[in-house]
Amino acid sequence: MDKRDPYRHNVLTSGHRACSGCGEAMAARMVTDLIGANAIYVNATGCLQVFTTHNQQSSWQAPWIHSVFANAAAVASGVEAALRARGDDTPVIVQAGDGGTFDIGLQCLSGMIERGHDILFVCYDNEAYMNTGVQRSSSTPHAVRTTTSPPGRLSEGKHHLKKDVLSIIAAHHMPYAATATVAFFHDLKAKVEKAMTIKGPRFLQILSPCPLGWDHDASLSVSVSRLAVETGLFPLVELENGEVTSVMRLKQQRPVQDYLKLQGRFKHLFNSTSTAETATGNANGAAEIRHLQALADARIRRYELLQAETEWDTVRASQVQRHGRGGYRNTGQEAAS
Amino acid sequence: MKKLLEGSRAIAEAVKLCRPQIVAAYPITPQTHIIENLAQMVADGDLAAEFINAESEFAAASIVLGAVAGGSRAFTATASQGLLLMTEVLYNIAGMRLPVVMVCANRAVSAPINIFSDHQDSMTMRDAGWIQLYVESNQEAVDSIIQAYRIAEVCELPVMVCVDGFFLTHTFEPVEIPEQTQVDDFLPPFHFERTLNPSNPFTLGGGSEPDNYLEIRAQQQAALIDAVNVIQAIGADYAKLTGRAYELVDSYFAEQADTVLVVLGSTMGAVREVIDSLREQGQSVGVLRLRCFRPLPAQALVEYLSAAKRIIVIEKAFSAGAGGIVAAEVRAVLQQVGVLIPIDSYIGGLGGRDLKLTIIEDVFHQSSLAKSTADGVFLDLKQPGTATKQE
Repeated sequence: MDKRDPYRHNVLTSGHRACSGCGEAMAARMVTDLIGANAIYVNATGCLQVFTTHNQQSSWQAPWIHSVFANAAAVASGVEAALRARGDDTPVIVQAGDGGTFDIGLQCLSGMIERGHDILFVCYDNEAYMNTGVQRSSSTPHAVRTTTSPPGRLSEGKHHLKKDVLSIIAAHHMPYAATATVAFFHDLKAKVEKAMTIKGPRFLQILSPCPLGWDHDASLSVSVSRLAVETGLFPLVELENGEVTSVMRLKQQRPVQDYLKLQGRFKHLFNSTSTAETATGNANGAAEIRHLQALADARIRRYELLQAETEWDTVRASQVQRHGRGGYRNTGQEAAS
Repeated sequence: MKKLLEGSRAIAEAVKLCRPQIVAAYPITPQTHIIENLAQMVADGDLAAEFINAESEFAAASIVLGAVAGGSRAFTATASQGLLLMTEVLYNIAGMRLPVVMVCANRAVSAPINIFSDHQDSMTMRDAGWIQLYVESNQEAVDSIIQAYRIAEVCELPVMVCVDGFFLTHTFEPVEIPEQTQVDDFLPPFHFERTLNPSNPFTLGGGSEPDNYLEIRAQQQAALIDAVNVIQAIGADYAKLTGRAYELVDSYFAEQADTVLVVLGSTMGAVREVIDSLREQGQSVGVLRLRCFRPLPAQALVEYLSAAKRIIVIEKAFSAGAGGIVAAEVRAVLQQVGVLIPIDSYIGGLGGRDLKLTIIEDVFHQSSLAKSTADGVFLDLKQPGTATKQE
């Protein structure tokens, strides 16, 4: 506990080695401060593990274990079972990045949920493999530049869509699954607190900006995460037993450009010699921005974040062909790709 | 009292006597009967444990890792592909010095896919940092599992009890199952110093850098080498309790023979018969079985093998591109102490091929005539010297 502030537990204490402006460090600080030191934390391999346990020096003031990349949910299953076998109901929390959740860790997470373990799984979603130097994950949004989805003569960044992991998880007869982000602390706090009152598997996906990987100024992490919500790209929602039970409604929708243009990972979409919708120049960038807008609109419609209808084809926006660019509404450009 | 039990049932009975609180497993032939028996014991209320159906062997290993770190005794079992799928976690369990006990129901590895017994699965894991005990019989499997828990918990090292699939797991033999009170006297309640606990928080599995990784690895190696003494001491203790004694190696006329065969696992049963028959013919021959393969019992190997004139290693695994694994290690151990004996290296019984008595006898006769030594020769090949085409 922090002597200056009895409401802070400092489970994740100062002196760790996160980059300045790290959204994951912020989110982990919020989550672990809310849960406290009377819990057991299981960490997947990733930035959070690396910057908090560098060279056998730990920033954790709660019991903490890391095994390998893919198995955090399974290790936590074992920890939880061991505690419950002794009648100990100490909370068990998993912390993982999007790689450890959407990709390599998904099977263990699915098993953990299917078996009904009493565990809160927190995914700090920074939308790529940041620890290894910004490689694409299945959480990376469409059209993003990463080192393994680079824009080039034949590419506008990541071809495929961000995996809708929340729906996958909610389809597991899941008592509680929610999204949150660092810009909306009170929302995040309410969700953590609610999650901690529910027994069984629970899931929190927290959008955590990464100044390094998203290529934005370190001072903008909170602003960027707010814009992700306000554009509709990252809806803040709660699902209980598979049903949407609450959403954070938007007073008005911000255009996705407001979000995209702050981040170098989308910069190639704006590097057009011409933004006109022609088959020449870098019209593809403009087209991808429209596609991202359509994806935001689709999410807004799906979760009813706004009452009004939008002008984009939100049905086709969620369809990406194996080869080919996607389903944004327009002009027959798909045929060229 | 002796009971006629299938090997898997006997193994499950032994596990039950050790009072694990968590059993996590994923089915794979020929391990399945072990975990089915345990699941039934849990379902019937005969074993006060949680049976966790893992979604893969990778998860099963991870669950027992977490269970032990969370302060409970745990058990898992697997074989073949399942063991290979666990690989990353097995190294991790050993590196974190967690006292996990598992049974490997030894089976060939793919490709070609084959469900029958050899040692290629567990031999592949020989460098993972686990203690490995290879058993000859179902009785020894029972006794070794009970000892394994105490060894693991004293050494803070994981133990893999390697039991030949089908040859042992699916074979009915009379087995003496110890009384619960005997096992309770022998095996104290589970205690793990670094249990995850909010009142004394540990960080387990943190990062390390070039300036301390090497030291941590050296500690692990030292613990494994020291485990030789622990295994012997615990074996002696167990003998007092049950009258059944197990050493690091199991000798059958090895110390007084000119030619000594070296084997692992259930092959020993057949080789004993061959030795009997050869000795009746006046041959000076014996066999040494490595019960403990990791840590390698170098001193015992020197004691039992130094006086031999010829050593014949027959093993059910090989290092692809090199040759016999056990043979190479026996050579290295003896050369280290300046003992230069001709050592033949044979590989046989792969994928469940029967190592017939006549094959073993032929090996002995060929070796006694040969001027050079056999170097990783495959026994019972249908087309000698070439790979058999798949039908």
